[in-house]
Amino acid sequence: MLTYKTSGVFNLAFGAQAYISAAMYFKAHSLWGWPKWAALVVSAFVLAPLLGLVLERLIFRHLRTASAVSKLVIAIGLSVALPELFNQAARFTAVAGRQISGIVPDGAGVFYDPFGVYRFNRDELAMMAVALAASLLLAALFRFTMIGLAMRAVVESPRMTELSGISADRTSAFAWALSSTFAGLAGVLIAPRFNSLIPTEFFTLVVIAVAAAAVGKLVSLPRALLGGLGLGWFIAVFNTFLPRWSGDHTWLRPLQENLTPSLPFVVLFGILVLWRAIGRQTEASDPLAGVDPPPPALAAHQRHPKLTLFTRLFGVCFVTVVGLVVWFRADVLWMHLVTTAVIMSVIYLSVTVITGMAGQISLCQGTFGAIGGFMVFQMADRFDMSVLAAALMGAVAAAAVGAVLSLPVLRLGGVWLAIATLAFAFFFDAVMVKFSWVGGGSTALLTGTRVPRPLLGPIDFASDRAFLVLAVIVLVVVSVVVIQLRDGTIGRTLAALRGSEVAAASIGISAARARIVAFAVSAAIAGLGGALLSMHHQNVNYSVNFGPINALFWLVVVVALGARTVEGAIQGGAAFALFEPLILQGELLAWILRGEDHLPGFFPIAGSWRLVLFGLMAMQFARHPEGLVEYGKRRASARISRWLEAREERQAAVA
Amino acid sequence: MSTPILELRDVEAGYGPFRALFGVSLEVGHGEAVALVGANGAGKTTLARAASGLLTPTAGTVLVDGAEVGRGGPSAWRFVRAGVVHAPEGRSVLASLTVEENLALSFHRAFGRSGLAGALERAYELFPRLGERRTQVAGTLSGGEQRMLSLGRVLVESPRLLIADELSLGLAPMVVDQVFETLSQIRGAGTALLIVEQQVGHALELCDRAAVLEHGLITWQGPTSEAGAVLESRLFETATTELK
Repeated sequence: MLTYKTSGVFNLAFGAQAYISAAMYFKAHSLWGWPKWAALVVSAFVLAPLLGLVLERLIFRHLRTASAVSKLVIAIGLSVALPELFNQAARFTAVAGRQISGIVPDGAGVFYDPFGVYRFNRDELAMMAVALAASLLLAALFRFTMIGLAMRAVVESPRMTELSGISADRTSAFAWALSSTFAGLAGVLIAPRFNSLIPTEFFTLVVIAVAAAAVGKLVSLPRALLGGLGLGWFIAVFNTFLPRWSGDHTWLRPLQENLTPSLPFVVLFGILVLWRAIGRQTEASDPLAGVDPPPPALAAHQRHPKLTLFTRLFGVCFVTVVGLVVWFRADVLWMHLVTTAVIMSVIYLSVTVITGMAGQISLCQGTFGAIGGFMVFQMADRFDMSVLAAALMGAVAAAAVGAVLSLPVLRLGGVWLAIATLAFAFFFDAVMVKFSWVGGGSTALLTGTRVPRPLLGPIDFASDRAFLVLAVIVLVVVSVVVIQLRDGTIGRTLAALRGSEVAAASIGISAARARIVAFAVSAAIAGLGGALLSMHHQNVNYSVNFGPINALFWLVVVVALGARTVEGAIQGGAAFALFEPLILQGELLAWILRGEDHLPGFFPIAGSWRLVLFGLMAMQFARHPEGLVEYGKRRASARISRWLEAREERQAAVA
Repeated sequence: MSTPILELRDVEAGYGPFRALFGVSLEVGHGEAVALVGANGAGKTTLARAASGLLTPTAGTVLVDGAEVGRGGPSAWRFVRAGVVHAPEGRSVLASLTVEENLALSFHRAFGRSGLAGALERAYELFPRLGERRTQVAGTLSGGEQRMLSLGRVLVESPRLLIADELSLGLAPMVVDQVFETLSQIRGAGTALLIVEQQVGHALELCDRAAVLEHGLITWQGPTSEAGAVLESRLFETATTELK
C-alpha cells in the first residue's frame, strides 16, 4: 500500500522484502546470538532500506514510465527471486516448525485480556502499537511535509515533478527506502505469528494486506488502515465466536472450518467484484507520458526464405533426434521428466493465450489446472468413467469456471484483474479443495487422489512410453488450436485490444466477448493440461502441482521465455521440467564432458537458483514483453537475414 | 555579448526509433525573447523539451550559462534549479493533487517555506479562478483552468528563462491577452523567453527574434520584424508545392 502510493508500483514483492528482514532478524538473533535490539536495527533499519534503495536503483528507476501491469509482473518476478537469492547468499534455510521470538521480552507468553473476550499476547500488542504509530506517522508525512507531497507527485508524473525542480530519482529512492523499512519492520513484527519462516507465508500475508488496501482503493491511507482493522476484527470475531457457536449449532461447523482461513480472500474478491468504483478507477495518466515512447511494437519482420528453410529443417532434426534419444535411451526418470515437460508445455499454452494474446495477467491458471485434475479424479473414482472423457470434461468445466469468473473480473482490467484472479486462486486453495466433491475431502488425505492412466479402446496408455506419445499428441493438437486462435478473428481482436482498447472500441470491437473467449479457452487448456498432469503422476497432488504460488512461478517462467508464441510455451515447459536436472545438476555438461568426474566442483548447483534466474528474467517484461528468449531469437534472425541478403547482393554484383 | 542563458549546439533528439530534430543550434541570451514558429510536426515541442532537459538529446549538447547540466538520464530538475523553467503544452498538471498542492510543490522550492504563502497569493491574484478552486483536485478542473494552473506555476516564479509551449491553446481570447500581458511584464523584469506559439502574431509582437523550424531543422533565424514576410513566403511556397 505504502509502496503503491509512493512509487506507483503494485508491490507484490513487499512480502519478499518482509521475509528477508524477518529471516535476517532470526539469523542475527537466534543463530548469532545478537541482542534483540541489534538484530532489529540491522534487519529492519539497515538491511531493509538498503534493499529498497538497491531495488529502486537497479530496477524500478528504469520502469517509472512502464505500465502498471508490467510493473506487477516484475514485482511477481521479484517475489519469486528475492527470497531465494537471500537464502542462497546468506546460507539461510527455512526450517519448518521453528518459530522466531518477537521483539518484546516474553512476547508469546504473557497475556492481557482487556475486554474479557480475547487474550492478546505481548507480541500482538506490540504489533498493533507499532502499526498504529507507523500509520499516524505516514499520514502526517503525506499530508503535511513537502517530501510527502513530492512523493505523491512523482507517482503521478515524474516528469512534471522534475519540471517543478524536484529530483524524481531522489524522491523515489527515498520512497523506496521508506517503504522497504516498513516492509522489514512488518516482517519482523509479524514473523512470530507464523509457525515457520518461509516466503509463502509472507506472500499470503501480502494478499491479505492487499485486501485491506483495496478498501482504501490503493490510495487512501486512513481508509486502508480502517480496512485492515475492520478485516482483522472481522476475522478475529469469526475465529473467536464461530467455534463457540458451532458447538451449539452443528450446521455452522463446515462454514467455520472452510470459510475462516480464506476470509481475507473472499473479502478481497467480493470488494473487487462488487464495488463498482474500483473497476471505473483508471490509472492516473501522466500528462507528459508522450516524452517516453512506449516500447516499440513487435514489427512483423521479414525473414529470409533460406533462413526459414534452415530453421524449419533444424527444428525437425532437433525434435527427431531428441525424440529418438528419449525413445530409445531414456530411463524411467528421464521419461518421466520429458513427459512432465510436454504436459507443462500444454499448461503454459494457456498462459500464452491469456497473457501473450489477451495481454491480461491471470494468476489462477493453477486453479484451472486443478479443476481439470480433480474432475478426472472424481469421474474416475466415483463413476469409473473413461479417463480421457473425464479429461475433456475437466477442460470443459475449467472453461465454464473461467468464463463465469471472467464475467465480473474482466471489467476490472489490468492490475485489478491480476489481484482478483489471485484472490480466486487463494479462495479455491483454502475452501474449495477441502470439499469432498472437489478435492476428495478427508478420505483423499488418507488415500491420496488417485488418477488412473487412460485406456482408449485397445490402446493402453499405462506405460510411460505410450503416455508420452499421448501427451505429445495433445500438445500438438493444442498448439494447432492456439495458432488457429491467434491467426483468426479472436486473435486479431485481442491483438487490437492489447494495442489500444479505446482505438479498438472506436472501430466497433467488443472487448468483453473476445476476452471472455480468451479466458475460457485459456482455462480449458489449463484444465486439460492439469488433467494430463494428474494422469501422469497418477495423483492430483494439488498442493505440489497447482497451488497458487506455483501458478505464480508458471507465469514467471512463461513471461521470461516467451509469452507470445507456441515455441515460447514449449520452451517454458522444457525449462520448468528439465532445467534443474540438465543444467543445474550438470547432467548436460557431464554428458558433453563424458563422465561425471570431470564436472567442475560447483555442481550440482542448488535447485532454488532457477527461481532466482527466472525471476530475474521476468523483470525484462517491461522492455521485452515478448520474452527474453524470443527477443534474442528475433534479433539473431534479423541479423542473419541481413547477412544473407548482403551476401546475395554481393553475388549478384559479381555476376 | 556575454554567454547566453541557453545554447543548443547541433542537437539531435527523438522518441525511440523516431527522430524529430536533426542538428538544431539555437541561442537565447539574457533577457532576450525568442519565438519558435513552424508547422505541425516540425519539431517545436521536441525542441522545447530538449531545451529544458525533459528529453535527453541523442547527439549535440544543451548548455545553460555555457555549462552542461547533468549528465546521462533525464535531469529536468537540474535545469529548473539553474533557472530554466518549462511550461509544457497541454493539460500539464498533477491531476490527483489539489490546485494549492500543485502550486506549493513548485513554490516551496523556489521561495522557501516563508515565501510560500506570498507566492500563492500572487498566483491567485493573477488567476482569481484558481483561488476559488484552491482545494479542488486539479484533475477535475476544466481544460482552460488547468492551463491557468500550469501558467500560474511558472509566471509567478519569474525564472531566468521561461520556455512556454503553446501557452494560449485552449484559453479564452481574453485570458490569452492577459497571459501575453503578464509575459511582457516578466520580460520587463528580466526573464528571457523561448516561446512556441500557434498564434504567431501575438508571439512575434512580444519577441525580438524568431526561429523557423521545418522538418526538424532551423531554416531561418532573424529579427521578428522580418519574420512576417519570411513566414508568408514560406507558407505560400509550401502551399504551391503541395498543389503541384
